[in-house]
Amino acid sequence: MSTFLTIAVIVLVFLVIFQIAKASEYVAILKGEEKSRMQSNKINGFLMIAFLVLGLIGVYYCNELLEPKILGESASIEGEKVDEMLYLTIAVTGVVFLITQILLFWFAYKYQEKEDRKPFFFPHNNRLEVLWTVIPAIVLSILVVIGLRNWFIFTGEAPKEALVVEVTGHQFGWIFRYPGKDNTFGKKYFRNIDPANNSLGLIWTDNPGANQKADPATHDDIVIPQNVYIIKGRPVKFIINSRDVIHDVGVAHFRMKMDAVPGIPTTMWFTPKFTTNEMKEKTGNSNFVYEISCDQMCGNGHYSMKGIIEVVTQEEYDAWMAKQKPYYFAAFPEKDTSIPPSAPATVPLDTANTSSTVSAGTATNQNKLK
Amino acid sequence: MSNEAILHGQTTGHAHDADHGALDGHHHHHESFITKYIFSQDHKMIAKQFLITGMVWAILGGLMSVLFRLQLGYPDQSFPILESLLGKWAKGGIIQADAYYALVTMHGTVLVFFVLTAGLSGTFANFLIPLQIGARDMASPFMNMLSYWFFFAAGIVMLSSLFVETGPFSGGWTAYPPLSALGSASPGSKTGMDLWIISMALFVVSSLLGGLNYIATILNMRTKGMSMTRLPLTIWALFFTAVLGVLSFPVLLSGFILLIFDRNFGTSFYLSDIFINGVGALPNEGGSAILYQHLFWFLGHPEVYIIILPAMGIASEVMSINARKPIFGYMAMLGSLFAIAILSFLVWAHHMFVSGLNPFLGSFFVLLTLLIAVPSAIKVFNWLTTLWRGNIRFTPAMLYAIGFVSMFISGGLTGIFLGNSALDIHLHDTYFIVAHFHIVMGVAGMFGMFAGIYHWYPKMYGRYLNNTLAYIHFWITMVGAYLIFWPMHYQGLAGMPRRYYDYSVWESFKQFTDLNRFITTVAMIVFATQLLFLFNFFYSIFKGRKVKSQNPWGANTLEWTTPINPGHGNWEGEIPEVHRWPYDYGKDGHDFIAQTVPVGASESKH
Repeated sequence: MSTFLTIAVIVLVFLVIFQIAKASEYVAILKGEEKSRMQSNKINGFLMIAFLVLGLIGVYYCNELLEPKILGESASIEGEKVDEMLYLTIAVTGVVFLITQILLFWFAYKYQEKEDRKPFFFPHNNRLEVLWTVIPAIVLSILVVIGLRNWFIFTGEAPKEALVVEVTGHQFGWIFRYPGKDNTFGKKYFRNIDPANNSLGLIWTDNPGANQKADPATHDDIVIPQNVYIIKGRPVKFIINSRDVIHDVGVAHFRMKMDAVPGIPTTMWFTPKFTTNEMKEKTGNSNFVYEISCDQMCGNGHYSMKGIIEVVTQEEYDAWMAKQKPYYFAAFPEKDTSIPPSAPATVPLDTANTSSTVSAGTATNQNKLK
Repeated sequence: MSNEAILHGQTTGHAHDADHGALDGHHHHHESFITKYIFSQDHKMIAKQFLITGMVWAILGGLMSVLFRLQLGYPDQSFPILESLLGKWAKGGIIQADAYYALVTMHGTVLVFFVLTAGLSGTFANFLIPLQIGARDMASPFMNMLSYWFFFAAGIVMLSSLFVETGPFSGGWTAYPPLSALGSASPGSKTGMDLWIISMALFVVSSLLGGLNYIATILNMRTKGMSMTRLPLTIWALFFTAVLGVLSFPVLLSGFILLIFDRNFGTSFYLSDIFINGVGALPNEGGSAILYQHLFWFLGHPEVYIIILPAMGIASEVMSINARKPIFGYMAMLGSLFAIAILSFLVWAHHMFVSGLNPFLGSFFVLLTLLIAVPSAIKVFNWLTTLWRGNIRFTPAMLYAIGFVSMFISGGLTGIFLGNSALDIHLHDTYFIVAHFHIVMGVAGMFGMFAGIYHWYPKMYGRYLNNTLAYIHFWITMVGAYLIFWPMHYQGLAGMPRRYYDYSVWESFKQFTDLNRFITTVAMIVFATQLLFLFNFFYSIFKGRKVKSQNPWGANTLEWTTPINPGHGNWEGEIPEVHRWPYDYGKDGHDFIAQTVPVGASESKH
């Protein structure tokens, strides 16, 4: 009912506007074309200057309203450079914006048609053209130099002491891998992927059929979905992969972003400045978390592809890391010497056998190996 | 009845004579309904076909944006009417995620290609090139007709994809593989994507047929005295647009062909190391997903200039006429158009700074991208100087030309943020880019198109549009466009990603609920205002005030030397000879001096 009412109101408004428009056209013709043009010219000229003034007030008001809602201080040291550049660029473009918009609408208002005004025949002036070629070129060169200097820092080699974590995107979530005690990521191959117990396709065992040799470096790799732990003040380097389509690791608080491309590893590094807990206090939001948002359209669940970055102190990190079991033991619990063989750790394997239809081959392989 | 008399005055009979005059010209031939209105080879009719088809698509594409804005503005609210309209795509009156992505993708594809490419340059290239250079028709009227019908076919195929069971393509208008290549990764990439590619392939054919024709016509069919530097800037802009299209669309097509092979014939151009949930590991190895992005953006970037150059040309022409003053710096305008055309081929990878592209390679694209701001700045300052000390008539077309410059400045300046890779790393794929390209390409392109329609409508239909409706249309659209897109910059600065169906689960982005609702409300108002324009357009074709003077705007260019309702062939008798450039406004005390007037002995030089 309300829908029809709304439609009826809209139609009515349209009709009224149309009638007014029609009537004003008759009036205009009766008054004479010249005179009515002068009249509407005056109205539009006034609206030009009104638009300028109200627009500038609106720009200011919008800033007052929305500025507190953007992210605040960068949570990474490198991100500070992004912010510096951002403010510089806002200042430069802001000046140009104000000058050009004010001139545009002010000229429109000031030079509206008047009977006694003779337009000034001014077809060209080379000095002016050179002026507004050279000045933008110089300003832009400055911005390019600053930008490229930062760009090479952001995309350059991460510092040696950086914590290295592998990030893999898939529809629709993130998987993180730490190299474990040996500090080396074991080899992986996408055909070995089994969502149940080998989500990254690590090469754990020999598979002569596929010409694969087990990589012992995989045995201590730690694999965790969704939440990644990194350390305050220590650079972190993400090695980014994708398991299916293109995703993007977007970490807005750290001002960084990089695509996850299947088959082509990419990297990103930054140095977190505040722990998650510090940010909770800083923002006054007890629910604060550093979120990884997927920033590249990846399918119908794109909007829900969230990861969480926990920034912690070195001590908290060490305590957390000590509790982590290599992924290998989840798949092969009998190899885990730290727990007695009778423990109910076989559960993951059971679920693997029932839930994985696709990788049945892999599963039987592993059963044989047992 | 008396109203009608007022509207059309006593000269109605006279205008009618002009009608007959045109038909009695030596090009007079009998036309059936089909050859005149459907399979017409008259460039003016083809232009109208492009325009009206473009308008239909603009309404469809705009409606799609209203639907997905409804989801963004009111994510939890149910609209039962949507379920009755869309069925399973809006279960329980809430637009589903797959429908949302399909709408976003189709909105982008339709607006970029069907409205702002075909609707804008298709309309005005067809309409203005022969009329302004002094030719009876295009170099190949038949190819011209084919160009429209390929476009029409592309539209039909795209439209049909909306009705397939798995839905239309839903992976974004850029159609990045692997998502677009794998039906198992997204239901929209099944039949919907096949139809999308077929439609786009037809569209490429259409734009190549059109583009080659435009180039051939401009180079070969100018009237006596019409040297290249006497061409109006509209023609120059359309010329560069056609060149860009002819050079870049084939690259897009090649990218699509590889995509077709990957989709259907088991090749691995773009695919490698892929494991799909529920399907398993795919056999493809060794492809590069980034290759597609290079091929796509090699068209994609020139494409944004294909959209904006005609708008620039139209704005320049309209602005000069209505400021009653020559365009400032004709040669600089021309040079900057040329520079933009060249540079537009050298900046494509700025869409790919964070795609995994080699960062060192990226740095060259930063330099070239920011370089393109220089010719853009030249154009803006030249427009401003054109207004300076003019005698400005605010015709609806002029308002849109001024609005165009305002939008071009606002959107162009944010390009400086995005072209700088170290800033793009934060702003890429956020609402900042949404705001940027909607203002500089979408709204500015539309404004150029509106300026063109309002200005040349009397030439197209021999009648005027209603001015009051036009003024209402302009001011609501102008204010509304800024209200919609300006706040989006802030969402982008907050890192809010684009193409999200729902932000409520995100701690970092959910603070914009009110703003999203506000934007949606304004978007609906602006959309309704476009319906007002549409009504004005179609009503005035039949009932508008009749044009009584041959040159209603007091313009210099050749189209205003034709009869009020020109027939096929444009001029009765000889095509006029051209003696001067088209911008002699306010010279030596004359209001305007048409291009056909010989240069007098005592005339001042410039």
